[in-house]
Amino acid sequence: MIKISQNAFAGTLESSDCLVTITPNESNEVNFEINSVVFKQYGNSILKAAQNTVKKFDISGADIKIQDMGAFDCVIEARVETAIKRALKGAK
Amino acid sequence: MIRSLMFLPGNTPNMLINGDTLGADALILDLEDAVSPSEKDSARVLVRNYLKNLKARKQFFIVRINSTDTDYWQDDLSEIIPVKPDCVMPTKVNGDKMLNKISDFISSLEKKFDIPEGTTKLLPLIETAEGVENAFNIASANNRIFGIALGAEDLSADLRCRRTKEGSEILYARTRLICAGRAAGVEIFDTPFTDVNDIEGLCKDINFARGLGFSGKLVISPRHIDYVNELFSPTEQEINYAVEVLECIKEAEKLGKGAVSLHGKMIDAPIVARAKQVYEAAYPSGTRL
Repeated sequence: MIKISQNAFAGTLESSDCLVTITPNESNEVNFEINSVVFKQYGNSILKAAQNTVKKFDISGADIKIQDMGAFDCVIEARVETAIKRALKGAK
Repeated sequence: MIRSLMFLPGNTPNMLINGDTLGADALILDLEDAVSPSEKDSARVLVRNYLKNLKARKQFFIVRINSTDTDYWQDDLSEIIPVKPDCVMPTKVNGDKMLNKISDFISSLEKKFDIPEGTTKLLPLIETAEGVENAFNIASANNRIFGIALGAEDLSADLRCRRTKEGSEILYARTRLICAGRAAGVEIFDTPFTDVNDIEGLCKDINFARGLGFSGKLVISPRHIDYVNELFSPTEQEINYAVEVLECIKEAEKLGKGAVSLHGKMIDAPIVARAKQVYEAAYPSGTRL
């Protein structure tokens, strides 16, 4: 497992997009925080999209915050993937 | 029949998601000029996911990649070829060598991802003086080439000319590309009209381009799509005349006549060829005759 050691973000706060921020934490867990204008209807779907993307990377020790502005799943997955790749840049 | 090719910025979900409702015949998902260097990685992943998740592809999907003089073009292709875009638009294409380098790299990716070789078509964007002079070599470089397109803004900078709405400074480039494209048997697409609000100027530009022989036009504003589609389609009068010509020829063949006339004018081979082009454009599935 690769421990996240640096902050990174991807995406924007524009309509249909989301801003994903990754920060390292002291544990080995990956924690999610989701703020969404459609949280009641799509909160679970957003979490699932983010978790599925995280599974593709062998990472630990990260807090992932998603500020959703009504993004489709494919957009959330793209932004989470980019944020993880940026956080992993230079990691061994 | 592809008349309008609309650019969509590759890192803007709002525009990508609504792109297929705009009415353009082709969508160009842009990883080049519309994306800042710091967001190239983000745009690639977004465009890949967008293409992967489209339920139905009603349009022709093209991805514009960064030019081969940057560090981005191979990463662009590595990300998007596995999700099978219909076509890739290489930029600042100067000659066939550059194009074959891109084509070879695509072939290696197609092989890696079990995609039949040659599936991904190419629509090179010609936007340098060298590219214009090598237009035929580019248009006939390999069998991936679906068409060639003119990018007049970068070309004007390369030519050091003043860009005008009338476009007299790009007339040579336009006609050179049309000759090259037709000689190579590929489509030719005109440069975008960049004044979003000047609809009169747009229509004038489209009619001029169509008259020269372009197949369609690149578009940067959704407001321009309907005009490009309409003015690059045959008119009712043109369609009716084409049908008359083809029926007349059919009848003459039945009667064993060598020469025929319609409305007092001789119908010769070029008129028949033109009628066939109009008919095929109007009825792609060949339904009327």
